[in-house]
Amino acid sequence: MSSFNVSTVLIVASILFVLGLIGVLTRKNIIFMLISVEIMLNAAGLAFVAAGAKWQQPDGQVMFLFILAMAAAEVSVALAMVLQIYHQHKTMDVEELKELKD
Amino acid sequence: MSTLFYISSLIAIVATIMVITRYHPIHALLYLVVSFLAVAMIFLSLGAPFIAVLEVIIYAGAIIVLFIFVVMMLNLGKDTALQEKEWLKPRVWLGPSLLVLLLQGELIILLLQQEGAAMPVTVVDPKKVALSLYGEYILAVELAGFLLMAGIVGAAHIGKHKKRNLHRFLQNGNGAGEASDVTRQQKQAESVINN
Repeated sequence: MSSFNVSTVLIVASILFVLGLIGVLTRKNIIFMLISVEIMLNAAGLAFVAAGAKWQQPDGQVMFLFILAMAAAEVSVALAMVLQIYHQHKTMDVEELKELKD
Repeated sequence: MSTLFYISSLIAIVATIMVITRYHPIHALLYLVVSFLAVAMIFLSLGAPFIAVLEVIIYAGAIIVLFIFVVMMLNLGKDTALQEKEWLKPRVWLGPSLLVLLLQGELIILLLQQEGAAMPVTVVDPKKVALSLYGEYILAVELAGFLLMAGIVGAAHIGKHKKRNLHRFLQNGNGAGEASDVTRQQKQAESVINN
């Protein structure tokens, strides 16, 4: 079983994280911003699992489980908010949602 | 094992690039599924089979299905894609993505400068994870239960389809009420004059 370098895993995780960050910074559709946040959370989990595999401890995988639970709760609340926003403003543009009044 | 890792990480990066550049939401979600499956393959090659299975079930299964349901409920069609194409001009994304890519270049140089530590692939089996999860992390598991409960209640409350309600000063059609008051006073005045 061959082994590879630790830094390659970290580089892959950082590339995925930066791609998610570019998505959050540049898109204006709120669904795409949520997808990009999911990509960033997944990349952070990848870094945790890589660290856990490096030291052969289960802690990294436990952290990934917590990130998974947090992402599930966050995406359910955020998608409910997207539905409300679309019913009230008829748009997905974040520029239109400057005010948080109802 | 290492070639498997390289191939799947390449697939993950390419699929993620496709995700953040698509105009149509469903196309982006399809590429997102591919990206999550590739990341699951990376987890498998890192020696974490339990996490790979969870990635497939929860990320590629549950969360993507939530997104697809919302896209179906909002009825986002070709109009949204055209609108998104209008919003996503190069003038908008060129500046931030250039700066972020510079930061990432710094990070990669920093990671490549130190001499690489070899990473032996040994499987951390689910039993070890479960013993750690219900041993030293039991408090955090309960907190995650609170978080999921709050997520359910919050999503049910926010997603409830309610009417757009006005401020309490604007309720009961206050302007119309004033107008009717004025007409009533005028009628009273007219009746007094007639009498």
